[in-house]
Amino acid sequence: MKAIEPNPSIATPETFPPPSVDVWQHNHLLDLDDFTQEEIQLVLETADAMAEVLTREVKRVPTLRGRTVVTMFYEPSTRTRASFELAAKNLSADTVSLDASKSSIVKGESLIDSLCTIQALGADIIVMRHSQSGAPYLATQHVNCSLINAGDGWHAHPSQALLDLYTIRRHLGTLANLKVAIIGDIMHSRVARSNIWGMTTMGARVILCAPPTLLPRGLDGFIDNCQLPNVSIETEIKPALENADVVMPLRLQMERQQSGLLPSLREYIQLYQLTMERLSLAKPQVLVMHPGPINEGIEISPEVAHGAQSVIEEQVTNGVAIRMALLYLIAGGKNK
Amino acid sequence: MPERTLMSAEDIQRALVRIAHEIVERNKGAKDIVLVGMQTRGVPLSERLAATIQNLEKITIPVGSLDISLYRDDISSLQLKPVIHRTDIPTDVTNKQVVLVDDVFYTGRSIRAAMDALMDLGRPQSIQLAVLIDRGHRELPIRADYVGKNIPTSSNEEIKVYVKEVDGEDKVTIVLPNKGAADESD
Repeated sequence: MKAIEPNPSIATPETFPPPSVDVWQHNHLLDLDDFTQEEIQLVLETADAMAEVLTREVKRVPTLRGRTVVTMFYEPSTRTRASFELAAKNLSADTVSLDASKSSIVKGESLIDSLCTIQALGADIIVMRHSQSGAPYLATQHVNCSLINAGDGWHAHPSQALLDLYTIRRHLGTLANLKVAIIGDIMHSRVARSNIWGMTTMGARVILCAPPTLLPRGLDGFIDNCQLPNVSIETEIKPALENADVVMPLRLQMERQQSGLLPSLREYIQLYQLTMERLSLAKPQVLVMHPGPINEGIEISPEVAHGAQSVIEEQVTNGVAIRMALLYLIAGGKNK
Repeated sequence: MPERTLMSAEDIQRALVRIAHEIVERNKGAKDIVLVGMQTRGVPLSERLAATIQNLEKITIPVGSLDISLYRDDISSLQLKPVIHRTDIPTDVTNKQVVLVDDVFYTGRSIRAAMDALMDLGRPQSIQLAVLIDRGHRELPIRADYVGKNIPTSSNEEIKVYVKEVDGEDKVTIVLPNKGAADESD
């Protein structure tokens, strides 16, 4: 295990040879499973430049002037949606936001029809969240504009994984050889799934820790098939936390208890809540992250969520820089 | 393709020393001067100018770097997006005499972008432009205040500036088009 300098509040990110633009081959952002290390590095370094724009008094550059970014959210969201819209506005793109509950979808318009309408209105990039895994993939077959997956079912949430990688790199300098523990409802978590790809591509080890009922069925077979030696499974929290560099508890969705996946909420709290005491098993400079929204007192105790190791709020800020980088890079694909 | 050297390391050094003197003369000292180098090769040039001015005037000159990718006017027509570098200007530019530093002055479009970028960062008292090479072919009404060397060129020739910090050596060369390429572009 690599030794890390004590308390590197903001580490200088490791310097890579300058990435060349021709590493970027994506017209869409659907998941991180087809991303190379160079592509992820390009996103992270572009986000570094975007972060500088966010420190200015006037947080706006004219880069995407005349482009239209449409957010279509078929599921509730606060931070992801606001973050994409702010990112688009910071780059001077026009934004239109469609809320499934207030659009023609309630009149029975199908997903494909809605997409074609949006395209006909002149969208360049569609940012989409949908409760069905794979919906953005389907969308790419029917429209010519670029698609950004802002979360599809249990499947993927790539921009969240990228902002997690960015946040870790800002604090610890590198992702190589870090031990990252993702704890909680792995089964229903698209954040965990996208993070598995992103983290392992960047050289981190990922420990997935959950009660057996909240682990996806066939997970070990999946790990074998995809040759992910850096991913392992734990059903107890202690070995997952020991010497961890990053700990990421996931939100426990309350309805899971009703569906019989957990004997009781109290038992889950007793066995899996991230408390100060448990956190002391991890490295002293451990980062506590959470994709939000948080259920304080369930998967994480309030003193950890707001404690010195927590970078949860910073993740939200970094999300804007990452999404600006993604919009900038994706907007280029159109002209190929 | 024949590549001919137009300026040696000594020529570049002498031009930079002269420009440093001109900057100090024009601004009656070096108070309130901020040097801003344009990515990539303008940055080391601005650092060298700052070092020379500091020697002359014995005061510290703030030096920053500026990336104009986000302000380019051709961004939507480019096949490949330029890699963005971080803009890093260590001081507020408001009410300062900002000297932009670039290696080659050509169409003027990147200077236009740089001025827009600077204006977004504050309200400088003035913006001046120092370039190592002015090769002509302006497409915008912009001129340089300090020029290392004027090199009249044809637009199918290429001027290459090498700086130690980036390329390992200091020199300026001109790459002449080979016969075939010239015919094509005509």
